[in-house]
Amino acid sequence: MTTFFQVAIDGILAGMLYAIVAAGLTLIWGVMDVINFAHGDFLMVAMYVSYWLGFLWKVDPLVSWIASAAFIFLLGVVTYKLIVSRCIGGKSAMAPLLATFGLSMLLKNVCLNRFSPNFRILSGTWLDGKKWEAAGLVFSMPQVVTSLFSLAVILVLWHLIRKTRTGWSIQATSMDREAAELMGINTERVYVLVFGIGGACLGVAGGLMPSYLATHPEVGSLFGLIAFVIVALGGFGSIPGSLLAALLIGLVEAFAGFYIAPVFKYVAVFAVYLAVIMVRPKGLFGW
Amino acid sequence: MNRTFKPTDLLWYGLLAALALLPLVPRLLANSFTAHVCILILLFASMAQSWNLLGGYCGQVSFGHSVFFGIGAYGAGIAMVTYQSTPWIGILVGALAAAAASALISYPCFRLKGHYFAIATFAIVEIFNRLFMVWDWIGGAMGLDYPILDDSWKHFMWSTNKTGYYYGALALFVLVFSLVRWIERHRLGYYLRAVREGQETAESLGVDSTRVKLSAMALSAFLAALCGAFFAQYNYRVDPPMVMSLDMSMRFVLITILGGVGTFYGPLLGAVILIPLQEYTRAYMSHLGTGVDLIVFGLIIILMMVKQPRGIMGVLADLKRLSGPARSAEVK
Repeated sequence: MTTFFQVAIDGILAGMLYAIVAAGLTLIWGVMDVINFAHGDFLMVAMYVSYWLGFLWKVDPLVSWIASAAFIFLLGVVTYKLIVSRCIGGKSAMAPLLATFGLSMLLKNVCLNRFSPNFRILSGTWLDGKKWEAAGLVFSMPQVVTSLFSLAVILVLWHLIRKTRTGWSIQATSMDREAAELMGINTERVYVLVFGIGGACLGVAGGLMPSYLATHPEVGSLFGLIAFVIVALGGFGSIPGSLLAALLIGLVEAFAGFYIAPVFKYVAVFAVYLAVIMVRPKGLFGW
Repeated sequence: MNRTFKPTDLLWYGLLAALALLPLVPRLLANSFTAHVCILILLFASMAQSWNLLGGYCGQVSFGHSVFFGIGAYGAGIAMVTYQSTPWIGILVGALAAAAASALISYPCFRLKGHYFAIATFAIVEIFNRLFMVWDWIGGAMGLDYPILDDSWKHFMWSTNKTGYYYGALALFVLVFSLVRWIERHRLGYYLRAVREGQETAESLGVDSTRVKLSAMALSAFLAALCGAFFAQYNYRVDPPMVMSLDMSMRFVLITILGGVGTFYGPLLGAVILIPLQEYTRAYMSHLGTGVDLIVFGLIIILMMVKQPRGIMGVLADLKRLSGPARSAEVK
């Protein structure tokens, strides 16, 4: 029974990490109906920012997540301004997806070219190897802290969208862009902000990750793919939906990995997604 | 069908004749690198055209075509390596299996719209990739390595020169392009475009949209599998990341989009531009380090999507429009 709970805990901790990675994507998809294909690569860039800060200047990930978040906020804004804003609204609905796929190739290969494909991990961080044991269960501290950050980020995002004027203008833009413009909302500014905030959420996650996950140019690919699946599973732009979907995916991954075989964990994740989507074609909370 | 011969047909048959005679040009295909680039152009143009049938004419943007490509490649590989026989039966079985798999996949996926469809096809690629990785009978993650046999059409293998592969690729190219051209001008072609432009409208006029989409999917998968089989024969090996990956799926999409989606010559133009660019940057810019070819590739895609999402065909149309009024002004 202890094993069962341990696997469940690992699944939930992984799910919380997926939740923060997917949160930004949910926001962008929900407001703009755009898939940022470079999402996973933004995460990879955030990890490199935090890794190099830690490696060169001994900044701990618990501090450098601020820098990563700011950096990815800027990267999101620049991406929106230079690429996405110029291809949304055209005849081709796939143009933003393909353009950001180009960006994904660009980022991945620039990092490969500059930083080599080596796996890099930060050692000697404050949380390195720390764990908390209770009732025979082990909680690895770096992951627990990431989960807490994830929860905090999602709560802040939720509060921002539901309770602030900026959030209301985001909601209005997501419902009907033209009507929002007629009400005096600068929707261009909302889009820039959404891309930036979506990036910043990732930046927080990517900033914390190098203390327990290796950084390399391909690290973002799988995270990106899982984030797409989570967002589609949760439903169009629904933040609670994506949190639930992230926990579900984390648990499926952990249980399939432990009780079936590690190689089948992603097969199970994607199969569960397809099974759910057959019953609810627009995701759990979609409409 | 009796129809009049169109001037564009002349262009097409002229192109085919030129391609068939290309190996006679001295020293052109004797240089094995040039031959390699020509073969890849024909192969990738065929792949893009097979995708174009579903993604362009029918408007169902699939990111799952590497699954069919991979099944075709494994069909040839299993025949060659596991059964030690000629690849031809394997190619046929693989292509039929790919068409069957596509029908199975379509059932849940065609109910999904827009981005949901796209993400479901990503998920399918990942499932197939990981299952093939652990399936020992077909070589698992190690893949299948071909034995080196005598040069012949029976083995579909040539190790001394590439002329055989060139004609193989040309045959594939002619098959795929002619089929798509035939479909384009017949009933199914009109149905496909009707479904793309408005599924409900097409249905209200009596088009069975599910059947139309399924036929396009199965045909597209069959042709993609043939391309996959050629790819395996050409590379002497097959393994899951090589043929069944998101990157391979994106090749199908990007070449078509870059050339011009939903147009007959688009896939060929996309391949003619992208493949030499990719092969020559890889060969000549490698001193700049790994990944430079893909950096260039990524930049081109971004530029194209930002400037002209209808691809090279769109650029050509723009040029025509720009030169058109100028010419008529001269006449006045």
